[in-house]
Amino acid sequence: MKFGVIVFPGSNCDRDLVYVTRDLLGQPTRLVWHQDTDLDDLDVVVLPGGFSYGDYLRCGAIARFSPVLKSVIAHAQQGKFVLGVCNGFQILTEVGLLPGALTRNRDLHFICDRVPLRVERADLPWTQAYQPGQVITLPIAHGEGRYQADADTLAQLEAQGQILLRYCDSSGELTAAHNPNGSLAHIAGLVNRQGNVLGLMPHPERAADPVLGGTDGRWLFAGLLQATAMALV
Amino acid sequence: MSAPFSAEEIAAEGLKPEEYDEVVKRLGRHPNRAELGMFGVMWSEHCCYKNSRPLLKQLPTTGDRVLVGPGENAGVVDLGDGLRLAFKIESHNHPSAIEPFQGAATGVGGILRDIFTMGARPIAVLNSLRFGDLDDARTQRLFSGVVAGIAHYGNCVGVPTVGGEIYFDPAYADNPLVNAMALGLMETPEIVKAGAAGVGNPVLYVGSTTGRDGMGGASFASAELSEKSADDRPAVQVGDPFLEKSLIEACLEAFKTGAVVAAQDMGAAGLTCSTAEMAAKGNLGIELDLDQIPARETGMVPYEYLLSESQERMLFVVAAGREAELIAIFQRWELHAVVAGRVIAEPIVRIYHQGQIAAEIAATALADDTPLYERELLADPPDYAQRAWAWTAASLPACTAEGMAIAGQMHSWTAVLQQLLATPSLASKRWVYQQYDHQVQNNTVLLPGAADAAVIRLRSPLASGEPTTIGVAATTDCNARYVYLDPYEGAKAAVAEAARNLSCVGAEPLAVTDNLNFGSPEHPVGYWQLAEACRGLAEACRELQTPVTGGNVSLYNETLDATGQPRAIYPTPVVGMIGRIADVTQVVGQGWQATGDRLYLLGHHTPTLGGSEYLAQLHATVAGRPPRVDFARERVVQAACRHGIQQGWLHSAHDLAEGGLVVALAECCISGDRGATVQLPESPQRWDEQLFGEVTGCIVVTVRSAYQATWEHYLQTVRHLDWAAIGQVTEPGSEFRVFAADGHSLVAVSIAVLRDGWAGALAARLNTR
Repeated sequence: MKFGVIVFPGSNCDRDLVYVTRDLLGQPTRLVWHQDTDLDDLDVVVLPGGFSYGDYLRCGAIARFSPVLKSVIAHAQQGKFVLGVCNGFQILTEVGLLPGALTRNRDLHFICDRVPLRVERADLPWTQAYQPGQVITLPIAHGEGRYQADADTLAQLEAQGQILLRYCDSSGELTAAHNPNGSLAHIAGLVNRQGNVLGLMPHPERAADPVLGGTDGRWLFAGLLQATAMALV
Repeated sequence: MSAPFSAEEIAAEGLKPEEYDEVVKRLGRHPNRAELGMFGVMWSEHCCYKNSRPLLKQLPTTGDRVLVGPGENAGVVDLGDGLRLAFKIESHNHPSAIEPFQGAATGVGGILRDIFTMGARPIAVLNSLRFGDLDDARTQRLFSGVVAGIAHYGNCVGVPTVGGEIYFDPAYADNPLVNAMALGLMETPEIVKAGAAGVGNPVLYVGSTTGRDGMGGASFASAELSEKSADDRPAVQVGDPFLEKSLIEACLEAFKTGAVVAAQDMGAAGLTCSTAEMAAKGNLGIELDLDQIPARETGMVPYEYLLSESQERMLFVVAAGREAELIAIFQRWELHAVVAGRVIAEPIVRIYHQGQIAAEIAATALADDTPLYERELLADPPDYAQRAWAWTAASLPACTAEGMAIAGQMHSWTAVLQQLLATPSLASKRWVYQQYDHQVQNNTVLLPGAADAAVIRLRSPLASGEPTTIGVAATTDCNARYVYLDPYEGAKAAVAEAARNLSCVGAEPLAVTDNLNFGSPEHPVGYWQLAEACRGLAEACRELQTPVTGGNVSLYNETLDATGQPRAIYPTPVVGMIGRIADVTQVVGQGWQATGDRLYLLGHHTPTLGGSEYLAQLHATVAGRPPRVDFARERVVQAACRHGIQQGWLHSAHDLAEGGLVVALAECCISGDRGATVQLPESPQRWDEQLFGEVTGCIVVTVRSAYQATWEHYLQTVRHLDWAAIGQVTEPGSEFRVFAADGHSLVAVSIAVLRDGWAGALAARLNTR
């Protein structure tokens, strides 16, 4: 399975993703410069965390106009996998591949932590290596991760089962104290209606190496690999 | 001919009248306006160390693993397996006092540039911060502004902020300290140096544009702060971490071409400093044409170009004929890159502007042949110190096993413990480090707050990111109250504590970068503090075999009050130390790991209340003799701790610092969310001394139950090691209990209660969550 990690000048988690997909999982991976447009060889396009073009205006507001984004949209429309982590999630909402928006955290501070998350469904390629309802721990690191959407959009997300990850306490309960950024409905990650585009604020790539403590994020990538394995059979 | 400048104009550049005379002597004529400004910044303490250089000479600077010592942009040490680590600390105190957000942000930006200028990719940042009393509204503004500034820059640029220290004391009320330390892993085969080479080679200006921001920041940083300093806001630079991120990538790419002969970042004194230092280090000259410099605004005069401290700029000397290749790299990253000058044989810095020579100065006059002040050291310690040393614990109220009465009010030892844990200097710093991205780059092995030092796993940049088992540990330390009370002993204690903190995670202490934050050396007491602290640092670095590879000096950390009286900060020689970890899977944190683990106190536990946190907090007294370092004992204790960790026997290690034995134990309880039952060894000392007295060279460790016998056997074989088994770890949800040797209960409290006051102390004072 071939991964491509988009590199904007202000991306800073690009190398971390390559480390996981190429070095830890042994998958062919290449970096894609933001001015390149050819993504045909890729199975999974990853929009990494960081500050794409500085994000002084609004996270992802400039990135949506970058040359590579047109190709990312086309890639998604072909039903191929697109993963947006943190800033990548923000960009996916800016370009409209995912609904809603990510605004400043409730307490207005940047938050870096490791938080419990509930896996809402495990029947998609992204989460098939988890159990439904499983509580996993992933790192978060963002200043603008508060998910917002209007009531109709939220109702649709719930009805279509598009919400994949929610902030919760260690037993899986949704409590205000365990919604670190004040996200609507505790949303930490969601997919588009087709399920091939995933955006999430937590960093699965930072929880993939046993030396660093947790490995709960590794199974998100491992799940994807199973997906192609099944498709090939 | 009389000087073309008034005494005020000369003083405004930070030059003294006799220094101006020296300028005239060096030039053989009077300087013009631009030249006067160049001398002003280059002869500031910040750039030329005119007061501290004679003292810094005593520091040991060489060692087996030292590849680059002081004098370059950063020190470099060899960690084995082809891993070379660049590291350095730098202060941004004065800018942060005026504009905390940008002052701190650009402090981070500046230290990162020092690292990647060498060809190293920055992998971690630590910060050593000092503020006034956190109940003061202005301190709250400075504190939250500094934290936000560090977060803004570090998070965006993608370098994890993994550790450091923060203290609050009224001594820093108007003059906070913001010291940033950065570590980087070399990515280029050759270490990039700053000395110009190759007559005729072009000089390439890269990065951001030059504007009027940060004019004369170096002189500003070398003057006392006054109520008027707020008017100096143009002397504070504004940072752009996004641009810096691009600059890191572009520079590393450029260095890998082999076409860059030398590189120097533009920090203090901007173009002036970078041209002068590159020329002087290469024994050559540089010609620079200001008309080629990308300007941020129009109508700038040479003085402004030369003294601008606009951020995110660098100067390269490049191999003739390879300019285009390098310029293309920077343009790809949407950065400026222009040929703005060339290397010349004459050892002169010659600046052109609009076809005219705007300045012409011998490079050494700016960078090497600078003023030097050897001052008289006080014959006797100053009065304040002698008075403080006369204090003894006998002046405190009597105490019993139950506690002590202070001003008629009974304090149990449990209550004292709770009060100490809730003081801002000792309380949880989670409010701070939660705002820093401490995990980016996927190498942070121990998270902030979990251990005595930060631990970063190293991935070889040369072998396609292959993980190695080698790690680096880093810490910054300085108990400035100790240094104030006894600069010589206090400085030694800072080095010993830094080494101990590294040993507590299992790292071999390797090398030091120091940041000397002091008051004015022109005051006899200030100079005594500086000289005595340098003597202590030098001795400690020799004794612990941790050479100094570079650092920073920040003097004139004083504020003039409304009556014009200078008030100096506590002398604060911050010790940044790095250590090598052979196997990152064998490290420990400070928290208890398993119920039933046996608890050992390593070291000669003879605590004193002199200079202690207890004395300051409970008795509002800063006095006494601070604890002394016994290097022989210190080395033995640290070696035993490291051995236990490296063998996999230990479950945790934590050194005794502010608050003494009982605070250290309580921190282990909170961190591990488990209780402990502890019995104090027999001691003739007062109860408060035994419980909260402070000491150097002591570490509390827990041992995996399977290895208890092995560990004890090992301890018995180590010569000159003091140790005692003092208790054991109890289950989660249990209490922290301390008993006297005779079984009398001294402290009993639940971990949840301890954690409450400790965890929320900062937020409560800031009135946020």
